[in-house]
Amino acid sequence: MITTVLGVDLGSTTTKAVLLDENGEVIGRGITNSRSNYDLAASLSKVEALANARFTLFERELERDETVRDDNETFRTALQRRFRLEQYLSQLKSLRERGLQEAESLRPGAAGAALRKRLEDLFSAMERRAQNPLARPDAKRSEFFRDEANAQYARLAEDIADKEVSYDQLLAVFDKAIVRVENEPLDVSFEAAIRRALDFCIRRETLERATRFSAALERVAAVDLEPAVTIGTGYGRARLPFPKEQIRSEILCHGLGAHALYPGTRTVLDIGGQDTKAIQVDGHGIVTGFQMNDRCAAGCGRYLGYIADEMNLGLHELGPLAQQATRHVKINSTCTVFAGAELRDRLTLGERREDILAGLHRAIILRAMALLARSGGVFDELTFTGGVASNPAAVDALGKLVHENYGRRTLNISPSSIYTGALGAALFAHRVRAPGSPA
Amino acid sequence: MSEPARKEPSMEKQKDMIAGHFRRLAAAKESGKKVVYTFVPGNLTELLLAFDVLPVLPEINALQSGMRQLSGKYIAEAEKRGHSEDVCTYVKCDIGMLKSGNIGPTGEKLPEPDLLLLSYTGCFTFMKWFELLKQEYSCPVAMLHVPYQGDGTITREMRSYVVDQLRSEVIPKLEAVTGRRYDEAALQEKLALSARAEDDLVWVLQSAKHRPSPIDAYFGGVYYIGPMFSSFRGTGDGVEYYRMLRAEVQSRLDRGEGPVTPDGPMGKERYRLVVEGPPNWTSFREFWKMFHSEGAVVVASTYTKVGGVYDLGFRHDPARPLETLADYCLGCYTNLNLPTRVGLLERYVREYGADGFLIHSIKSCNSFSAGQLLILRELEKRTGLAGGFVESDLVDPRYFSPANVKNRLESYFQMIEQKRGAGAAEARA
Amino acid sequence: MSQPLSEIVDRADTLYNDIDLAQVRATKERTGHRAVGYMPIYVPREVVHAAAILPVGLMGAGDRIEVIRGDAYFQSYICQIPRSTIELALTGRLDCLDGCLFPSICDVIRNLSGMWQLLFPGKYTRYVDVPQNYERAVGGRYWEEELRHLARDMGELSGHAVRDDELRASIDVYNRNRRLLGELYRLRAEEPWRVPTWEAYLVVRAGNVLPVEEHSRMLEDYLAAARSADRPPRDQSRVVVVGSFCEQPPLGLLKTLERAGCFIVGDDLVLGARWIEGDVSLEGDPFRALSDAFLTRSVSTASRYEATAPKGQSLISTVRRTHAEGVVFCAPSFCDPALLEQPMLEQALDREGIPYTAFKYAENLGQFQVIREQAGTFADSIKLWSEP
Repeated sequence: MITTVLGVDLGSTTTKAVLLDENGEVIGRGITNSRSNYDLAASLSKVEALANARFTLFERELERDETVRDDNETFRTALQRRFRLEQYLSQLKSLRERGLQEAESLRPGAAGAALRKRLEDLFSAMERRAQNPLARPDAKRSEFFRDEANAQYARLAEDIADKEVSYDQLLAVFDKAIVRVENEPLDVSFEAAIRRALDFCIRRETLERATRFSAALERVAAVDLEPAVTIGTGYGRARLPFPKEQIRSEILCHGLGAHALYPGTRTVLDIGGQDTKAIQVDGHGIVTGFQMNDRCAAGCGRYLGYIADEMNLGLHELGPLAQQATRHVKINSTCTVFAGAELRDRLTLGERREDILAGLHRAIILRAMALLARSGGVFDELTFTGGVASNPAAVDALGKLVHENYGRRTLNISPSSIYTGALGAALFAHRVRAPGSPA
Repeated sequence: MSEPARKEPSMEKQKDMIAGHFRRLAAAKESGKKVVYTFVPGNLTELLLAFDVLPVLPEINALQSGMRQLSGKYIAEAEKRGHSEDVCTYVKCDIGMLKSGNIGPTGEKLPEPDLLLLSYTGCFTFMKWFELLKQEYSCPVAMLHVPYQGDGTITREMRSYVVDQLRSEVIPKLEAVTGRRYDEAALQEKLALSARAEDDLVWVLQSAKHRPSPIDAYFGGVYYIGPMFSSFRGTGDGVEYYRMLRAEVQSRLDRGEGPVTPDGPMGKERYRLVVEGPPNWTSFREFWKMFHSEGAVVVASTYTKVGGVYDLGFRHDPARPLETLADYCLGCYTNLNLPTRVGLLERYVREYGADGFLIHSIKSCNSFSAGQLLILRELEKRTGLAGGFVESDLVDPRYFSPANVKNRLESYFQMIEQKRGAGAAEARA
Repeated sequence: MSQPLSEIVDRADTLYNDIDLAQVRATKERTGHRAVGYMPIYVPREVVHAAAILPVGLMGAGDRIEVIRGDAYFQSYICQIPRSTIELALTGRLDCLDGCLFPSICDVIRNLSGMWQLLFPGKYTRYVDVPQNYERAVGGRYWEEELRHLARDMGELSGHAVRDDELRASIDVYNRNRRLLGELYRLRAEEPWRVPTWEAYLVVRAGNVLPVEEHSRMLEDYLAAARSADRPPRDQSRVVVVGSFCEQPPLGLLKTLERAGCFIVGDDLVLGARWIEGDVSLEGDPFRALSDAFLTRSVSTASRYEATAPKGQSLISTVRRTHAEGVVFCAPSFCDPALLEQPMLEQALDREGIPYTAFKYAENLGQFQVIREQAGTFADSIKLWSEP
């Protein structure tokens, strides 16, 4: 039995959850698309954080077992990967059911037989691919079922479509089905999925090790992880089903979260989907000042999303491509509305994609620089958080501009920077539960 | 204006005064009264009353249209006629209203002007606004150029320039339009009434120095300045209104009560703020609620000084009638330079014991907005407090994003609260 | 032997791109004089000149610098010129200026004067509030006092008190400069193929940083070279450009308009240099003369109140005088004066049957495709309309 607290950051694009144990240590993280249903997003991210926490607890259990203490990492990694696959398959199953239902209502009876047949083939192919370790969905490509499934589905649909059933028809089914799948609770309990994953993974272990792993996992699965306190934050926090005392502004949460990650932090820059925030904090993570972008979302993460769509690229591909630039094209408009037009203009003028992208990243960071200046400047250390912090070209541009304008500054970017707000919220929850404890 | 739910007698009184004014305007052509369109900052109400003319204030009409959710339609109408989306929405709202029948806030048609009195004070757009109206009406225009306090002072030359214009431009045109002679004694009488009301207004605004503050000096403040900044300065009604208001505030003060809001009396005072910049009119109540529901009260604001910074000591002085009008015009808030504005805000933060200050930046109004980010920085430096910054517009509903504004305000209030907590923890340690 | 055209234009181009004000620094070093900046439209440069101070025109940084700090001071709905001006100042590029004058263009530039006072407390800063009353005894008296006030300030700044005869001499020098500018504009209206707008613009802009005497020589040289240059006549649509009196369009925009088939035969670019139409009198009290010239012979523009002249009268007479076939409204985004004025001018043009088109720019605009298409279509269409 351990007592946990949870922080949920309901962002405009993604919803994040961080679970802490009684010592204020992070034991689990979860992330999901925010969708239109914020309640569901909050609960899904929580489910994922709890599942994730069980793997942490599992690791701790194994630490205590002398027999497997020094040799369990490969097993744990395999288990976790298999667990994810089980979740994926389960969602895929749901997608197949919804897809066939949609096909039925789209083209009922005999008329839809061909469509349903193609769908059956398509989903079976997706399942086969998922099972095949070489063709497994690329975990790096995206963290979300929608994106993984979409990429696979679209690729297969191209092959499967024919004169009888068009590509567009198949895609229309997907678009309807995915919305339904996303908007229903994740029908995969930890126990069920982990058991299947365990059965799969222990086959290659000795009996002794298999028994110990199973026993540890039994214990972990039985632990009650339901958080004692939950604090919500983020863009959509007002829509969280929480009482007001359980809500904190994302400014306070990002400040505290960044401080927890890097105690030397004095300035925080967060570039999220809809908002850019420049925050100044003191040595305790207390916010001393902040500024947010003006009313339009120009220069926020959403802008990169539009650009990625416009260029037919994955969001994560933009940064690395921009890093290949030899120069940066000057971009004046970071307006999301004009992003597409400006981009097309530039391409027509014969500019290289890489150079335009470098210019776009710089334009975004220039907006952030103005906001940082408004908030009081950049003090050592600067911690960069939010979705855009995982974009290497944005990080490069920031590092360069900060150096040019403020001199040498330590630039912190945590691999889990996207969880900064949720971490801050969780730390507030921890304070509520254990007042006076260091957070 | 739409009023708070619990109506106090002064509120009723103001409502009656306004209704009466619009009735007189509607009947102006029949009663033979002359109508003068003019602006709030640098308005010459006493002089107009001395000529027995009725003022119409297009800014007030625009803000009323905003409060009555008509401005979006009017602005669209003006933009359809070629007005840029980039420029002041007060102007576009007014032009749109004009093109839609010129129906005033009480549902009655506004009379056409007999004179456009262009009191060019503290706002460049005023000039263009009346040039635009001049295209619509075949009536004379009297231009009163009020020089800007670029160096932060009113010089003798500036004052005499304004007085010269009153003598050679404004008064002759009023005489021509009304067929009356300029009557200085009548003007002096009205100036004396103004000064009396001004004393009470200042007392009311300064009551916010008490804890809890019995008034909200921004959202509530716009009601309190209504009669003073519009057509009732220099009238017995005006004097009476401010006497009543003062008594009401006094009694709230005696009972230790906070401000009255549209949703009833405000709860516990948690944050005391100074606000720079005009309010938003299309979502006025919603905007106010974002403050009062969090226990935030505005203890001083600069917007309530656009029609005169009376709390710095200026009073209309019957002994020097034209000079006093000149000083009044020259001293309006939007005619002050940035260093003076920063100084005034700093003083408000200190004298009113504010926990923070907030800048409400308005797209329409460059007179206010250009430079506000430097004001923010400068004030932070001088007061040691972090400032808040939110953006919207006067009457363009497209520019008020409630979620966005609320997010920033909540974050700001929570920051104050957190700092306070940290301060208390330090004190304990 | 006169200077070759290309050499003059190259020099003007170098000065245009001299955002570090190297030219001003050099002049200061050479003459030992001080320098005072001024924002667009009208300041009485004669008074500055008479105090042995170099007046330096500040017209933003165009597309030649990246604004990094300036954006921290302005909301997204404010035009570009104050941002780049602040950027120039904060990056030390305006350090050679001993003061700055801010004319009454609009509320943004007005407030910029206060920002200057806060940001650079050690520098001389003045808001130049020109009169909007044109009675000699009222606005005239006020303006004369303002001019004297400025003269006193300039004298204190330079240590060289302004004497009447020196001011008269300065007026003379500027009269000559204005006459040459007038000649340049006349030549362009008469034989536009000889004077591409972007060239003329660069030569006019050079007056921002050159001592006026030197600028007049450049104008003379350019006029001589342009008149004798071998540039065959061409037929393009003739337009007047309006709205660019403060924040300046990027050079690329002017080139785009001409390449799209428009001869710009009239404009309000660098308007302050041509503010007074005709000579300022050299007789009598020179302050009075400057004031009278302002009251009676100022150009018509959106920042100035005109009590009597009907809206658009001046624009229409420019169109007639230059034989223009249409008007291009070319205003900076968020420019209150230009954009509030525009509907009134459009109405006036409608009444006269003069065609027009309109677009907006920012001084750092980088792509002109849309404008090229729009201007091209406009140029073609007015050619069609004007054919018999």
